[in-house]
Amino acid sequence: MSLESDDVRRIAFLARINVPDEELAPLADELNGIIGWVEQLSEVDTVGVAPMTSVTEMVMKQREDEVSDAGYPDRVVGNAPDRVKDFYAVPKVVE
Amino acid sequence: MTKLNDLTLVEARDGLAAGAFSAVELTEDCIEAMEAARDLNIFITETPEIARERAGEADARRAKGESLGAMDGIPVAIKDLFCTDGVLTTAASHILDGFHPPYESTITQNLRDAGAVMLGKTNLDEFAMGSSNMTSYYGPVTNAWAGANGEDLVPGGSSGGSVTAVAAHVCPGSLGTDTGGSIRQPASLCGVVGMKPTYGRCSRWGTVAFASSLDQAGPFARTVRDSAILLEAMAGHDPKDTTSAPVDVPDFEAAITGNIQGLKVGIPKEYTLDGMPAEIQALWDQGAEWLKGQGAEIKPVSLPHTKYALPAYYIVAPAEASSNLARYDGVRYGLRVDGDSLDEMYANTRGAGFGAEVRRRVMIGTYVLSAGYYDAYYVKAQQVRTKILDEFKQVFEDVDVLLTPTAPNAAFPIGAKMDDPVAMYLNDIFTVPANMAGLPGISVPAGLDADGLPLGLQIVAKPFDEETMFLAADAIERAAEFTAKPKYLGGQ
Repeated sequence: MSLESDDVRRIAFLARINVPDEELAPLADELNGIIGWVEQLSEVDTVGVAPMTSVTEMVMKQREDEVSDAGYPDRVVGNAPDRVKDFYAVPKVVE
Repeated sequence: MTKLNDLTLVEARDGLAAGAFSAVELTEDCIEAMEAARDLNIFITETPEIARERAGEADARRAKGESLGAMDGIPVAIKDLFCTDGVLTTAASHILDGFHPPYESTITQNLRDAGAVMLGKTNLDEFAMGSSNMTSYYGPVTNAWAGANGEDLVPGGSSGGSVTAVAAHVCPGSLGTDTGGSIRQPASLCGVVGMKPTYGRCSRWGTVAFASSLDQAGPFARTVRDSAILLEAMAGHDPKDTTSAPVDVPDFEAAITGNIQGLKVGIPKEYTLDGMPAEIQALWDQGAEWLKGQGAEIKPVSLPHTKYALPAYYIVAPAEASSNLARYDGVRYGLRVDGDSLDEMYANTRGAGFGAEVRRRVMIGTYVLSAGYYDAYYVKAQQVRTKILDEFKQVFEDVDVLLTPTAPNAAFPIGAKMDDPVAMYLNDIFTVPANMAGLPGISVPAGLDADGLPLGLQIVAKPFDEETMFLAADAIERAAEFTAKPKYLGGQ
């Protein structure tokens, strides 16, 4: 299948990336070039093949559910573009 | 007189141990070379004050007879993808403007604990997405090697600054990361040694994530032995990374015995490409002869799904990137571009903060993970990945290592291949399979092309068998006797 400008606008919304209208068509061409190229995977017979979840056979590790690193909110929010005390500040969400 | 920045890591280590020079003297020569080489745009952030302080500490330790080991007092350049406590960390992206991490990545902490001296943070493709260093918000890096007519070339990517720091003799070693070839491909294009460890060998904690199931940190150096020493300082189990393998770190340098008698070397026939330069095929054949001449057994092998590794990678890597890069939302760090609503602020920030290649990959990833397409693309790619891994497992029942070219071409001019994403992606055709299967791989400079540009050969080994990988790589290195030097050396 081939992506149109409207599809690209929808993907851009899902990705929360502002794409100017005049860039939608050229971006659709670029994305179609890549998607068309990866379509060659359809040649591979994968019936009954388990999708990979990890390259190494590793047992998922567990640890005690306890605080190991905390107590310095000022450093945690220190890089925030906007903050109020020890909180991140964002544009108003609830009217 | 030899400047100390021209020394290999082993020479620097031995000189420091013998008291021939101090870590401060070594570091000052490296700082001078770093400043003299500024035209190459290797560093995003230089940290000479930190370097001087840590070098002084190394000398003070040594004066008391308390050396921390091989890396104590050795200057290294750090790819600006590793978070460094209090030091600007950008991933070469506009979206991380002004980000000063309040923590240190495990890899750079391990190097600090080993006494290494950080010279600065090096340039890279934005979020490590690229094969030329052209996608950096901070501009391209110029390869230390120039073209036949003196034209500026790319160093490869994504670790373009780190590879050039070593190639241009700014310092003996540096750190990179390799998601699809970002250490090995630039190493090949710049005439240095670059290696990617087994997935899980090096902790990913505190390293800006691109594709979590593929990313691995690794070293650049001018010799195989130097790489082994650097890897040993980087590697080790880290409880903070759940994919970090709980395995011991061997003495990698000790594995380089010089004896490859009986080593079984596989030559995968699928790595022969239509249209590949004849000199790369010839160098590959030569590499097999070199190993055979030292007692190795050369075996033709087949990995039939090799050609599907790269397209599968370009589903898996963007999918993981789209998830990992969701965190850059203008709320907690970096750039914020205001909007009337929260959603608008997110979209404005990410629209302004991501460059063209990152935007492409995040959107591809978003698309292949979206409802209705997930099975057709993402699941399919992960099934192909299983087949690729199974093929490697089967081949490694018959051979100890694989020998292949590292890259399908030498360094190319700055600005080339930029209008065709897929043409750029093809640079990683020989390196991506090792990432898809989690295998260790190393590129060793092995020869020059007709334009006098370096070409590398790659050794790929079994999981957690970096020792055999180093052993075979050393055999290539000794036979190749690669002594050619780039145009820009030590900033001259």
